[in-house]
Amino acid sequence: MIFGAGVFKGMMVTLKNFLTSYYRDRDNGGIFTVQYPEEREKLAENYRNLPFLVYDGAPDQIRCVACGICERECPPKCIHIEMATDAAGKPARKPAVFDIDYSLCMNCGICEEVCPFDSIYMDHTFEITSQAGPRSLIRGKEALARSNDYFRKIRPAMAAAVDQKRKTAEDKKKAAATPPPPQEIK
Amino acid sequence: MENIGSFIDMIFVTAKAWILALLGQFLPVWIVVLASIVISGVAILCLGPVIMMYLTLLERKVIGRIQNRYGPNRVGIWGLLQPIADGIKMFTKEDIVPANADKLIHLLAPIMTVVPALMIFVVVPFGRQMTAADLNIGFLYFIAVSSITILPIFMASWSSRNKYSLLGGMRTAAQLISYEVPMTLAAVPAIMMSQSLSTNTIVLTQAGSFGLNWFIFTPWGIVGFIVFFLCATAECNRPPFDLPEAESELVAGFHTEYSGMKFALFYMAEYMNAFTLCGIAATLFLGGWQGPFLPSWVWFFGKTLALICIMIWFRGTFPRFRVDHLMAFAWKFLLPLTLVNILLTALWQFTSASAAWLFSIMILAAMLYMLVKLNRVFVPEKRNYVLAD
Ligand code: SF4
Ligand code: SF4
Repeated sequence: MIFGAGVFKGMMVTLKNFLTSYYRDRDNGGIFTVQYPEEREKLAENYRNLPFLVYDGAPDQIRCVACGICERECPPKCIHIEMATDAAGKPARKPAVFDIDYSLCMNCGICEEVCPFDSIYMDHTFEITSQAGPRSLIRGKEALARSNDYFRKIRPAMAAAVDQKRKTAEDKKKAAATPPPPQEIK
Repeated sequence: MENIGSFIDMIFVTAKAWILALLGQFLPVWIVVLASIVISGVAILCLGPVIMMYLTLLERKVIGRIQNRYGPNRVGIWGLLQPIADGIKMFTKEDIVPANADKLIHLLAPIMTVVPALMIFVVVPFGRQMTAADLNIGFLYFIAVSSITILPIFMASWSSRNKYSLLGGMRTAAQLISYEVPMTLAAVPAIMMSQSLSTNTIVLTQAGSFGLNWFIFTPWGIVGFIVFFLCATAECNRPPFDLPEAESELVAGFHTEYSGMKFALFYMAEYMNAFTLCGIAATLFLGGWQGPFLPSWVWFFGKTLALICIMIWFRGTFPRFRVDHLMAFAWKFLLPLTLVNILLTALWQFTSASAAWLFSIMILAAMLYMLVKLNRVFVPEKRNYVLAD
């Protein structure tokens, strides 16, 4: 080995990096910076951030039935639900108030897991800054509602599975509702 | 064609002469002399900071590319206004002085670092007839002034009353004094061959045909250049010789307790030193402003920038020296090499060309071999524990 060969070798490595940064692409020794506001990384499908409520049909038909399970399970207690009452004062199966404090939510996804009615899911948005103080990130149920199409768009596999599950449940229910043809009684 | 070439070559010289002639029309002679000094002075005072600003940008860009990222590219096109934004930031920062600091010296230190850095510019030959003051002891002046830089750095570290600063200052003193010796000796061959201490004359002796008779094309020239350049890198505290301000060990070394514009002054001095040292290295061994076809000042700035790029390249490549390795490198390797190099130059002077090449290469190879052998790192043999198994 010639004296100083290691020094030379090291300098060649950095020179190569310098030159390839001009013409190679990201995974081949090019620049790997993503220039954020202009360029974005594609998010993984199961990327999760901040929950939203799914509706079918019109935006006020959210699937949520105000059972309050997510409210109880949410670790930082950032969900607040009040059940709506109908004209007769009986509880209707939907929320009158459904608030989530985004500034408190820790993106754990527990609400999504515990909801028995497939109505709350984690979103892909993460740009939700506000300068207006701590209460300004509380989102009401109108702001939280997203269509099922949106859900299908951001998380296709998950949405398809959920749709499938709901459909089979529906079918079963229908089958149960129409009385089965009387079997011969022994 | 010839005319245009020489016009561009002399454009700054002509401009200055024209202004002086204009002043001479209606002002007494002594004012014209004064104006001549002021014009050169103002040119240098403007050049220094501008060079520093854009060297920081260049460095950040190149280092970024080496690390596979873009450097600053947000302020202005290609980030060209970044240095200005940095300047505004520096000016608006709070100036903090530690409670127990020696206030006066703490204030004086950053000012004093910039002064020698600017003073060196005076003897740098930027182009044909473009040396601000063509001192006949130009090189001696350069050595003297550049060694002053140790003092303000040590002032800064001592007055900050901070242990990291002090450690940085101690390291600076040790390092700069050590590297001054081989640096001066490495430049001796160039002085011997040109038989002058004036930087301008040194450049003129490297003219030859096509202005390509550079000292680096001789065996002693290349050794001298490499040693000089390494020492210059150490002199301006740049990686891999950046022990005085080793971030990972000493916070920021001697400028730990500085903020705002005072901190910027240290930076400015560092970058201006880097520029002048590269300029002097180019002057001594790369023929200064000599070169075919292009205007002289283009050659000078091109060579200097190339050397600075190599310094940045060093920074992007090498990890920091260990203190004892640093000292050993200067005293046990570079110093003997420069001494042999001086002998080699004498040999070169008194023998014919081809024989001289042969001799020089043989002597250099033998010397290198010997130095490497002598500098071998002691690695203790691996012990065998017979009873352990
Ligand atoms: S989102 Fe789901 S768990 Fe939460 S209240 Fe509505 S139905 Fe219940
Ligand atoms: S993601 Fe976690 S913290 Fe956020 S609302 Fe759901 S349960 Fe609460």
